[in-house]
Amino acid sequence: MKESISLTWRRIPERYKMYGSKCQTCSSTYFPPRSLCPKCRRKGKMEPFEFSGNGKVYSFTEIHAPPSGFEEQVPYVIAVVELDEGSRCTGQIVDAEGKDVKIGDHVEGVFRKILSDDPEGPIHYGFKFRLKK
Amino acid sequence: MRKVAIIGVGMTKFGENWDESFRGMVTEAGVKAIQDANIKGDEISAGYLGTMASGSLVGQEHAGALIADYMGLNPVPITRVEGACASGSIALRQGVLAVASGLHDIVVVGGVEKMTDLDTAAVSQILGGAGDQEWELFMGATFPGLYAMMARRHMYEYGTTEEMLASVAVKNHSNGVNNKHAQFQREITLEQALNSKMVADPLRIMDCSPITDGAAALVLAPLDSATSYNEKPIEVVASEQTSGTLALHDRESLTSIKAAKIAGQRAYNYAGISPSDIDIAEVHDCFTIAEIIATEDLGFFAPGEGGRAALEGKTRIGGEVAVNTSGGLKSTGHPVGATGVKQACEVAWQLRGDAAERQVKDISYGLTHNVGGSGATAVVNIFQRGY
Repeated sequence: MKESISLTWRRIPERYKMYGSKCQTCSSTYFPPRSLCPKCRRKGKMEPFEFSGNGKVYSFTEIHAPPSGFEEQVPYVIAVVELDEGSRCTGQIVDAEGKDVKIGDHVEGVFRKILSDDPEGPIHYGFKFRLKK
Repeated sequence: MRKVAIIGVGMTKFGENWDESFRGMVTEAGVKAIQDANIKGDEISAGYLGTMASGSLVGQEHAGALIADYMGLNPVPITRVEGACASGSIALRQGVLAVASGLHDIVVVGGVEKMTDLDTAAVSQILGGAGDQEWELFMGATFPGLYAMMARRHMYEYGTTEEMLASVAVKNHSNGVNNKHAQFQREITLEQALNSKMVADPLRIMDCSPITDGAAALVLAPLDSATSYNEKPIEVVASEQTSGTLALHDRESLTSIKAAKIAGQRAYNYAGISPSDIDIAEVHDCFTIAEIIATEDLGFFAPGEGGRAALEGKTRIGGEVAVNTSGGLKSTGHPVGATGVKQACEVAWQLRGDAAERQVKDISYGLTHNVGGSGATAVVNIFQRGY
């Protein structure tokens, strides 16, 4: 899916620095960010909250049939990561093959190129994860 | 609320229908259903059409108006509904609500997807839109990848094996052999499935439903007048729709689809029956793991037991509960917007005793379970004979 320049620009705080949100009412943290706390709804009050990028592998897969824009990267590992501050998110695990990864492994966030979907367009950057030694 | 019955069913052949168009397939399925219902076109007062992505796949939005026009039904209102792969079941449910409310008597319901006009990479990209585009697909996840992570977690928590996954595909291909509408009317072996190409570890190509063209249609009427049209009407006993989180990573559990579980519980409650009363179920096996999870979420087997049950043959025709007698999405094919309507067609044929070689004996209740995306929309319907 080709992403527009404005969408990419809009997502810079979240994708570059893992800014999510925290509800001041119930203390729940959310990454990716939300403007409304689904638990408190109108009683909630969301503030930006920066995640460390540290977490644990909750589940993972090695992708062999890539979507367009990811052809050069196959096979690559995608995981659902449980972040230390709460909340889970989806991201790649770099410098590893599927056989190197186990559920429960500790990971840290790293800044990487995600894809360039158009030779004339912007390069999209964001977070990925790396296994902690 | 009035009770509602299906009085007509019809569908096209599912497959790579190169010579068939989007509008042509809906028209074919619709005409078959209307003939089956013994109604006149003038009696139809509303319609609902499920299609996930006609705009992206064939460049056609405004699909409701297109179908009203090409079915010769103007000025009957036909409303397009969308809930990813559950679009067809949502169309059925909207039709049921319209008849139950008393506002409309005869309602047509259609589901369709025309998927083979584009190449596989483009279609995969479009189907990805059923997930969270900005936070799952952008990161490089794919739909097989999302279900693979559910499978991995199911293996981790319950010891489910690749052999158990493959046994679902083998069973569904075996059922599909006897379904003339199926995309793949052929058997596969466990070895073929286990040695097929890896798509997203641990899911192989034989764990995945295919890309398919097809359409299916139903005609609905109030139950109390249904036998005046068709001597074998099928009552829609319950129809429940639920929502869950769009992204897989936001679910408490990856080994159950909560929205589907709740839809199932609500449907059983509404019908006043329990899971053990269900004799046949068409469930959403977009991937083999999805059927295993479905049979657990619907209460046929305890959490974690679905894989073993499949391997032991408990979900075959003649087993404890016959699951996907049509061949499921795996063998019949998965034209996404058509799938939920096709599931209802199969259950109607089974309840009427019209399912030929794949007929299950002594059925009281049939169920359909249709899931959108990785589980953000779910619809569960329960049916029984209305005669």
